[in-house]
Amino acid sequence: MIIDDFILRALIAGLCVAVMTGGLGVFILWRRMVYFGDTISHASLLGVSLGFLLGVSINIGIIVISLLVALLMVYMQRKRSLGNDTMLGILAHSALSLGLITMGFIEGVQIDLNAWLFGDILAVSYTDLVFLLLATVVVCGILGVIWQPLLSLTVDEDLACVEGVKVTQVGLLYTALIALTVAVTMKVIGALLISSMLIIPAAAARRLVTTPERMALMAIVIGIMAVLGGMLLSWFWDTPAGPSIVMVATTLFIVIHFIPPFQTG
Amino acid sequence: MPNKLLSLHHICLSLGQRDILRDISLELHASSILTVIGPNGAGKSTLIRILLGLQQASSGIVWLRDKLSIGYVPQKLTINAQIPLSVRRFVSLARAKSFKQHTLENIMDSVGALHVLDQPVHSISGGELQRVLLARALLNEPELLVLDEPAQGVDINGQAEMYRLIDCLVKERGFGVLMVSHDLHLVMAKADQVLCLNQHICCHGKPEAVSQHPEYLKLFGNIAATRDIAIYTHDHDHQHGLDGNVCSLKNCERRKA
Repeated sequence: MIIDDFILRALIAGLCVAVMTGGLGVFILWRRMVYFGDTISHASLLGVSLGFLLGVSINIGIIVISLLVALLMVYMQRKRSLGNDTMLGILAHSALSLGLITMGFIEGVQIDLNAWLFGDILAVSYTDLVFLLLATVVVCGILGVIWQPLLSLTVDEDLACVEGVKVTQVGLLYTALIALTVAVTMKVIGALLISSMLIIPAAAARRLVTTPERMALMAIVIGIMAVLGGMLLSWFWDTPAGPSIVMVATTLFIVIHFIPPFQTG
Repeated sequence: MPNKLLSLHHICLSLGQRDILRDISLELHASSILTVIGPNGAGKSTLIRILLGLQQASSGIVWLRDKLSIGYVPQKLTINAQIPLSVRRFVSLARAKSFKQHTLENIMDSVGALHVLDQPVHSISGGELQRVLLARALLNEPELLVLDEPAQGVDINGQAEMYRLIDCLVKERGFGVLMVSHDLHLVMAKADQVLCLNQHICCHGKPEAVSQHPEYLKLFGNIAATRDIAIYTHDHDHQHGLDGNVCSLKNCERRKA
């Protein structure tokens, strides 16, 4: 069987998604930021419509909006009285709604809302692929550089701060990486499903490992398995690719949780 | 006095209508222990947070000696169990630079927590975690040790051991120690200076002087007056490991070697 070009592109795109979300996702879990990732991805839809409306690149629109929302959330977390689930929930859904309303104002262009919400891994273009590969290199590179201080501040921010970690800068850089990841993976997996790729492989990996680094690597491996499995499902049973990938990840998560513990760590 | 490590000048903090701290000034020098005592809600932990730069004061000046390395033991620490982290790794996080594992093991030994070194950090007990936190603070070879109720949850023998170790570090290596403590008897035995805090500084001075001060007696009179809690003078001629075995090591001596 000759592997079609678009399948190959989809495969590579899927692998990029797995690598980026696996590395960043473990910190989402450790820092209890599950809703944080969710909020950014919901808000990114506003970026799509603003990108269209203002006539700039959609990628730039998503990155800018994601970053703004991320900064707003970091600011809200500082003001402790506001930084809670309620505020994140309000922000996420009002940004999503605003995005949908803004789309209504766009004339002439028909936006495929489904593709942005749930992604279309089989429609990844060469340009998208270049963006994805570049983003993967940037995300992995920066994450590698800030890994140690980020881990330290994740374990305890006060201790890290006293020990000389630049807490604010490292935290913001990490948030920016999430925004970038959401922006470039949105076309592949969709705004509503990105956060599941940030959470599920990392959560599945937890029981299998004893060090933070191995947990990230294991999350990437599980993410890759989910991408491959999801694409196979999609190929043979014609299921939508994004949701299939998420369901394979969930299945892996469940299966791993039924494995009797061989290590506690 | 030479070698001033830090000073606070007229620190005030109010949140909303409430005054948390009023006009706090203090100094700390190398080779000395300053202990802060006071009732719950007196602002002890807040004072420490301001001093460490973790919180902003409403007014006043915090002065730290240039490039002062600080070891900090927080009052309590909860680590997300989702992070797979051994105690060894947790303690190592204190230092970006590489160091010898041998050094780490020595420090863990001296705080009496060597036996948990390779356990997951969220599986150890509260008392063990306090010891581990002290080890992490020491790994950076600090000149100033800031301890917020370091012996919380540590058993009685362990407490005496911890304070002995701290005392030892002060005498031998010239650490400055700023400590919040509730253990009045230990405080009175070990501290060079006691600061009695209740939003403002009630009294401040040598332990003997403070313990006679009317403000101190007003706050702690009931306890201090009872004879059961006299100044702690019990001397161990041996030490216990956490497993209860007598171990012969003397931390001070080992350190010299």
